[in-house]
Amino acid sequence: MTTTYLPALHFRHVSYTVNNQSILKNITGSFPEGKIITLVGPSGAGKTTLLKLCNGLISPTAGEIYIQDKTVSAYEPVQLRRDIGIVLQSTPMIKGTVFQNLALPLELQGKRLHKEAAYDILEDVGLEKDFLERETDSLSGGQRQKVSIARTLLNHSKILLLDEITSALDRTSLHEIEQLIIKINQKYGTTIIWITHNLEQAIAIGDYTWVLIDGQLIETGESSLLVSPTNPSVKRFVEGGVVTP
Amino acid sequence: MTYLTLSITLIFVLIPLVLSKTLHLGLEKDTIIATVRSIIQLLAVGYVLKFVFDSENMLYIFLMVGLMIFAATMNTRKKGKSIKGITWKVAATLIFVEVLTQSILLGFQIIPFSAQYVISISGMVIGNSMVLSILFLNRFTAEIEAHQEETELILSLGGTPKQAIHQQLISAIKASMIPTIESQKTMGLVQLPGMMSGQIIAGADPMQAVQFQLLIVFLLLTTAAVTSVCLGFLSYPSLFNQRMQLLKIES
Repeated sequence: MTTTYLPALHFRHVSYTVNNQSILKNITGSFPEGKIITLVGPSGAGKTTLLKLCNGLISPTAGEIYIQDKTVSAYEPVQLRRDIGIVLQSTPMIKGTVFQNLALPLELQGKRLHKEAAYDILEDVGLEKDFLERETDSLSGGQRQKVSIARTLLNHSKILLLDEITSALDRTSLHEIEQLIIKINQKYGTTIIWITHNLEQAIAIGDYTWVLIDGQLIETGESSLLVSPTNPSVKRFVEGGVVTP
Repeated sequence: MTYLTLSITLIFVLIPLVLSKTLHLGLEKDTIIATVRSIIQLLAVGYVLKFVFDSENMLYIFLMVGLMIFAATMNTRKKGKSIKGITWKVAATLIFVEVLTQSILLGFQIIPFSAQYVISISGMVIGNSMVLSILFLNRFTAEIEAHQEETELILSLGGTPKQAIHQQLISAIKASMIPTIESQKTMGLVQLPGMMSGQIIAGADPMQAVQFQLLIVFLLLTTAAVTSVCLGFLSYPSLFNQRMQLLKIES
């Protein structure tokens, strides 16, 4: 029996082509609302492009993305990006301190971030209070990832897009971030769409999975599909072999 | 200065030619082209200016200034070809700077409305504005390319294009203004400005030459600031589409 979910985001025949290169090909599918969805697939499958489409940093060259009944292209871009937050894999920072970076989302709305709120969010991502005045140049890869997550969380988005946010973390930090993501999902009902190369993580944390190979959506379903895949391409991907759609 | 004396000054062209040939710099052809062009262009402009000054017709003043703005625009637009509509943006900037500076100069009767003053000062203002525009566009496109991730970050967090590009815009405006400010700090100590030297050589009273030079120094400060700010604020919206997405730029 298949479980039916309300879609948080629905892709209808979405393609993305740049410089005559087809990055995403005719994607149709839904991300269930209030769930943790992992997006898995080999490098170059188009996963990051797909997240940027959701956040409106780029637009599909064909097809439409729907948030309930409204298309993403009908949304006012600033509101869309506040409602659908993204943590970018490259963890870009503005020059300055951790506090200046954390204050950024509110500053963009003409608001101020109070120190107490900054301490709380740092604690949530497992960083000490004294990190607040540290220059971002001095942070390690893992610390940058944590600050990036904290910064995006301050927008209190309804949907959170995470692009390989745990790739530079040690085991302890990885566990802390996984627990934080579960907490955000359970406490606020935030839909989380998470790109990961860690299949164990996808199975353990994710409720639902999309498998993307060479720009095509190969399979979607509950994360258990990664345990014993039936689709030959997904099976090859899970077993670490050469993958083709 | 006689034409014979002037031709002897070609020794100053011969020296770099010999150096280029000896050190295999490969600049002989460019040096010769630059020399021939400067001779033809300056002699031509000399005759044109003589005609305009003698005729005392206002139309010629506007034509000369218009020609200067056109030539400066054509030269500058190449540096910002990745910015949509750069030609009219540069032209609008140059026209605005020219109108602003001449309005102040003529409005306060600092200079009389005569071809001799208006065309000479316009040449300096437009020429300086052109160099400033080139410096600004070079720096601005480089800043955008270097900080593309930060721009994308601010957009992704719900920032507007203006917020996303603010730092790069400010850096480019500052960088393009610094040479003007720095050169003015050492003026009179390290270098004697060309216009002042020219007046002194022509027999003018040095104090009067200094007064005119100060006028130009102050004028060029305004030119530098207004050019960079005006071109900056006209240019940045072209870097984004209607969906507030950063467009790819090619340097």
